[in-house]
Amino acid sequence: MKQLFVFIRKEFYHVFRDKRTLLIMFGLPIVQILLFGYAMTSEVRNINLVISDNARDANSIELINKIKASSYFVVKESLLTTKEIESTLKQGDTKSVLVFPPNFANDLFHEGKAQIQIIADGSDPNTAKTLINYLTAIVASYQQGLSPSGSLPYQIIPEARMLYNEEGNGSLIFIPGVMALILMIVCTALTSVAIVKEKEMGTMEVLLVSPFKPFFVLIAKAIPYLVLSLVNFTLIVLLSVFVLHVEIKGSITLLFLESTLFIITCLSLGLLISNVTSSQQTALLLSLMGMMIPTLIFTGFMFPIENMPWVFQMISNVVPARWYYLIIKSVMLKGLGFEYVWKETLVLLLMTLGLLLLAVKNFKIRLE
Amino acid sequence: MSVLLVLLQKEFRQIFRDKTILAMMLLMPTVQLIVVPLAMDNEVKNVTMIIVDHDYSTYSQQLVNKIASSGYFRIVSAEASYKKALRYVERGEADLVMEIPSGFEQNLIREKVQKIGLSMDAINGTKASIGGVYLNSIINDFNVNLDINKLNIKKISGSPVSEIAITSSTWFNPLAEFKYYLVPGILVLLLTMIGGFLSALNIVREKEIGTIEQINVSPIQKWQFILGKLLPFWLMGMIVFTVGLVVCWVFYGIISEGSLLLMYLFAGVYLIAILGFGLLISTISNSQIQAMFVAFFFMMIFTLMSGLFTSVESMPIWARTISNLIPITHFIKVTRMIMLKGSGLMDVLPELIYLILFGLFLNAWAIWNYRKTT
Repeated sequence: MKQLFVFIRKEFYHVFRDKRTLLIMFGLPIVQILLFGYAMTSEVRNINLVISDNARDANSIELINKIKASSYFVVKESLLTTKEIESTLKQGDTKSVLVFPPNFANDLFHEGKAQIQIIADGSDPNTAKTLINYLTAIVASYQQGLSPSGSLPYQIIPEARMLYNEEGNGSLIFIPGVMALILMIVCTALTSVAIVKEKEMGTMEVLLVSPFKPFFVLIAKAIPYLVLSLVNFTLIVLLSVFVLHVEIKGSITLLFLESTLFIITCLSLGLLISNVTSSQQTALLLSLMGMMIPTLIFTGFMFPIENMPWVFQMISNVVPARWYYLIIKSVMLKGLGFEYVWKETLVLLLMTLGLLLLAVKNFKIRLE
Repeated sequence: MSVLLVLLQKEFRQIFRDKTILAMMLLMPTVQLIVVPLAMDNEVKNVTMIIVDHDYSTYSQQLVNKIASSGYFRIVSAEASYKKALRYVERGEADLVMEIPSGFEQNLIREKVQKIGLSMDAINGTKASIGGVYLNSIINDFNVNLDINKLNIKKISGSPVSEIAITSSTWFNPLAEFKYYLVPGILVLLLTMIGGFLSALNIVREKEIGTIEQINVSPIQKWQFILGKLLPFWLMGMIVFTVGLVVCWVFYGIISEGSLLLMYLFAGVYLIAILGFGLLISTISNSQIQAMFVAFFFMMIFTLMSGLFTSVESMPIWARTISNLIPITHFIKVTRMIMLKGSGLMDVLPELIYLILFGLFLNAWAIWNYRKTT
């Protein structure tokens, strides 16, 4: 046991000696959580819209003013021919053009029907669909104001309640996902070099000839990173609460226990990578470059997993961050107890055991 | 010149010697480009909802039927109480709960206004909020078509109702398919990762292994050294880019609308910029893990703030400024413009100039920052 402590102390020295890596390790999550908490939004706003008003009558101007008043659009007015519309869209800043016909008011009141045309830039289909929806809604409400009967005599009014997020805090949607993503990648990458570095430097021999159980080498390697990752996690939580105003609804103890489990899962994965690779370069490329996009996608916070093809839904099951994401969403934002997340916890636990077992099995105690 | 050639030979030999790295450079982007866009679909479909109908009247049933037949919603279950319905939301099995109060029909006729409750899971991405918008418009439509309303409107207004008809079209992508937006963006991202990560690791690796000393004592100029590092990766990057274009064509049927030459010009300039960025990180760092983490830090920012997934316009102004500063934003924008819209050189000239300046600046900094003496 005493031996183990000595070893753990050695590993701590290693970690603390490299001040710059330490700084990066803590600085990186902090900056990212802040940046993404504030900047990422799934809403669509400030869409550049050009209105080509060929009518210039009272009604078209009224409607245009209504569009200008909404925060969704940044409106510019200019008369364009079809050719000019195409070149405007090709320049890329304008997302859409709205065209009024020459006799808008006339058509509206005498023919009973006036036509306006929305041309959206389909190379950005999400924005295109959203802006068409927005414009349609604005026109519909304008039209309702026009009709002589005014509003409907009998009305059902839906009263919306935003569960778990009364104020509509946009950070809430991304914070759990970004947390899972950052923890997963940082923890895995850090440990992925732990063993392979000793191999590369040649210090592994010293470790192997010492009367120290190989299994303990792995444990001793992982513990400093576990401690640091927990400190890191605490920092992220503090930032989310005090700066991004994310309220922790559930039990903090449970949140910490689950996070510890998740961190151990990632550390095991890192150790496994470290044991099967032969150079730091390969280990780092595998854990950072290879895992970044899959983790980003299969965590499910950007793209709903239920939309994915069946095969990918299966693949997403083996990504630990996916389960952790579900857990923190439930515990942190919904305020649910352990009885709601035991299944996810069990999955993480089994993954951890499996990964650890593999890591130990692949830990070579003979030099090649 | 011959010094440079020797350096190039050395670098290529190193690249080809390590088969794992070589495979990762070529296979990883190809596989990810084929697979990843299939998994990215954020279209909102099948919003799941729970109905709590305390009224069970003709109107409430009509409303429920209308919602069920709209095609947007999947009604998971009808529950007797709000509390029970909420369970589904807690377990993540439903996105929305609609609660119709008792006396719904009676109140509507008597008071003319009746509220119904919608509770939506507001932390589950955009699903609930978009579901809410759909539901609102269905209820609106239901209001207009209520038989009691129809009777009354006819009485009030004799004149025909005037109507504004909207026709909409999405140019360059008539079906508004998401893949056209995503695939070129992913290609750019993969190119960035290959270029950025590999070059970031490169010089620092020589530092850590100690071979940099030999280069430092040899009569190699700083610029020759950096150029020798840059060129092999640049070539690899262009190969990856070509493979990527073929993948776009074979798997997604996306063929560049605009000139391929222009695409290659941009890719070439962009790679120089991003490689310079990686080399700069490499000259600053002391160990591979440092270099990788710094590169990763920027890669995350590049990925999430470049407008690859979420639109840049919707971000707050300061975030838009950051987004405009990073080169990947411009290259993604240009790739979409050229490949999907067929924009020409004149349309993308400002972006080209920006990328060239960026590349010059980063590489100059990397050369300046590389010290032969410590």
